[in-house]
Amino acid sequence: MSMLAYTLRRFLGAWPTLLVLVTLSFFLVRAAPGGPFDAEKNLPPEIEANLAAKYHLDEPLWQQYLRYLGDLARGDLGPSFKYADYTVNELIAQGFPVSLRLGLAAMAVALLIGLPAGMLAALRQNRPLDHLSMAAAMTGISVPGFVVAPLLILVFAVHLGWLPAGGLDGGLRAWVLPVTALALPLLAYIARLTRASLIEVWRSPFIRTARAKGLPVGLILIRHALKPTLLPVVSFLGPALAGVITGSVVIEAIFGIPGLGRYFVQGALNRDYTLVMGVVVFYGALIIAFNFLVDLLYALLDPRVRYGA
Amino acid sequence: MSAAAPKPDVAQPVGRGLWSDALRRLRRNRAAMTSLVLLGLLVLAVTVGPLLSPHAFDGSDWDAILLAPTLAGGHWFGTDFLGRDLLVRTLHGGRISLLVGLSATLVSLLIGVAWGATAGYVGGRIDAFMMRVVDILYALPFMFFVILLMVFFGRNIFLIFIAVGAVNWLDMARIVRGQTLSLREREFVLAAKAYGAPGWRIIAKHIVPNLLGVVVVYVTLTIPQVILVESFLSFLGLGVQEPFTSWGALVNDGAQQMEAGPWLLIFPGLFLALTLFCFNFLGDGLRDALDPKDR
Repeated sequence: MSMLAYTLRRFLGAWPTLLVLVTLSFFLVRAAPGGPFDAEKNLPPEIEANLAAKYHLDEPLWQQYLRYLGDLARGDLGPSFKYADYTVNELIAQGFPVSLRLGLAAMAVALLIGLPAGMLAALRQNRPLDHLSMAAAMTGISVPGFVVAPLLILVFAVHLGWLPAGGLDGGLRAWVLPVTALALPLLAYIARLTRASLIEVWRSPFIRTARAKGLPVGLILIRHALKPTLLPVVSFLGPALAGVITGSVVIEAIFGIPGLGRYFVQGALNRDYTLVMGVVVFYGALIIAFNFLVDLLYALLDPRVRYGA
Repeated sequence: MSAAAPKPDVAQPVGRGLWSDALRRLRRNRAAMTSLVLLGLLVLAVTVGPLLSPHAFDGSDWDAILLAPTLAGGHWFGTDFLGRDLLVRTLHGGRISLLVGLSATLVSLLIGVAWGATAGYVGGRIDAFMMRVVDILYALPFMFFVILLMVFFGRNIFLIFIAVGAVNWLDMARIVRGQTLSLREREFVLAAKAYGAPGWRIIAKHIVPNLLGVVVVYVTLTIPQVILVESFLSFLGLGVQEPFTSWGALVNDGAQQMEAGPWLLIFPGLFLALTLFCFNFLGDGLRDALDPKDR
């Protein structure tokens, strides 16, 4: 299969997923007991009817569903039920850049430290350095972000006073703790994956040949071993993004960062249907698009994928 | 073997089956064995511990509000802002966390094995369709759906089991299908077919027992994931409800009061991390022990 055909196939394959995502979140939210205006004081029935009419809640469900799909096709996620003056698009436009920066920084830190650490551990397999870094990685995987984050605040902000405890007002210094807390589990996974992958690659005949030729280890690593080693790491990037997104919900809450995750939690607690659906659809679409790109990258790195499927 | 059969003089060769081999290799893995022992102690502590303690998990000691951990005062882990003993609450929360971990894993195990084994055994279009479903579900941000479920349908602990279990079966289905594909070409399946065993019987009696190795490893690695999801929900205030508690809920409480009482964060966090640590190490050890590539 040519790269173009493969791309097209993957691209078409992404749409049913998107449709399931939208449909599932729509009906899940609508099936929930309790309406968005239940929290208001007793509304006169006329006003309630007006509100329902304004948000088209008086139409039959299938009509609302089709209307939602139609709006989505135009990229319109509708008005927020709670933040009356805002549309969901505006709220996402406010929160997402912050979350994006946080997520990208965490991903970058995880890759920049995790990859070399994993490779180093693999090349020193079963030596103290390997055991040490893998024990550290296991700790990173086992200690959840919502335990790490408060501990970081306790040590570095409260006791030592080196870094701000929350918010983003302190400039670059304010980013250190949230990015660290978000990056740690990711870093640990990447280091473990890289180690396992490189150990396997290092046993293959073509590496043995390169070593028999007397090439220096650094050169073998970069020219021969790097690409096959990165394959599992690349396929992990999709789940990693999902992990960063869910992780940042907690991290944003703990550090008081005005990102999209906070809007989501607040929206869910306020029963702000459109906001919650908007965030789920937005993040879902993001993950689907990202997985598509990862698939393409993988096929570029490993042509066997294109022919195998 | 009947009792009357004469015993041969030659020493019986020691069986080198999959399981005896695996057990031997697991025994040599110090990290995995330590984890196993620690987990055993932990289960014992959370089941028996709260019964032995003089304090109730929801009882307040009004003379000891936010008491720091002391060995002398009877509150080894200190108390929270309502004077509740943290040791008992940590153990009690551990019951719920472990219970959720085990039951939700069981749910995902049942769905995943049934789905994967059926798809792999039947093959063809049905397989393609079933795995397409898995692919589609795989790309959904499930954590968000679980949060929605919790918010809209109430914070019911059984809902947590089901929601978390329903999320985690996808990996299991994929792994089981892959194994089934190779198993179904084996001679013993052909033999079963030849004497006319129906498909479901072949799956249940011949395929599934042979999947046990993979499944055991995967279950051990799923339990910590599930515990983590429950803690995550409880941390957001969407999990178990007061006066009941879980490690996630305790960490949440602790994080809010860590300046007044850091022990409220440290002890539950330690228990949670240690448990996840042990399950992960045990799972890794089991995988190494059962991995036929190593032979």
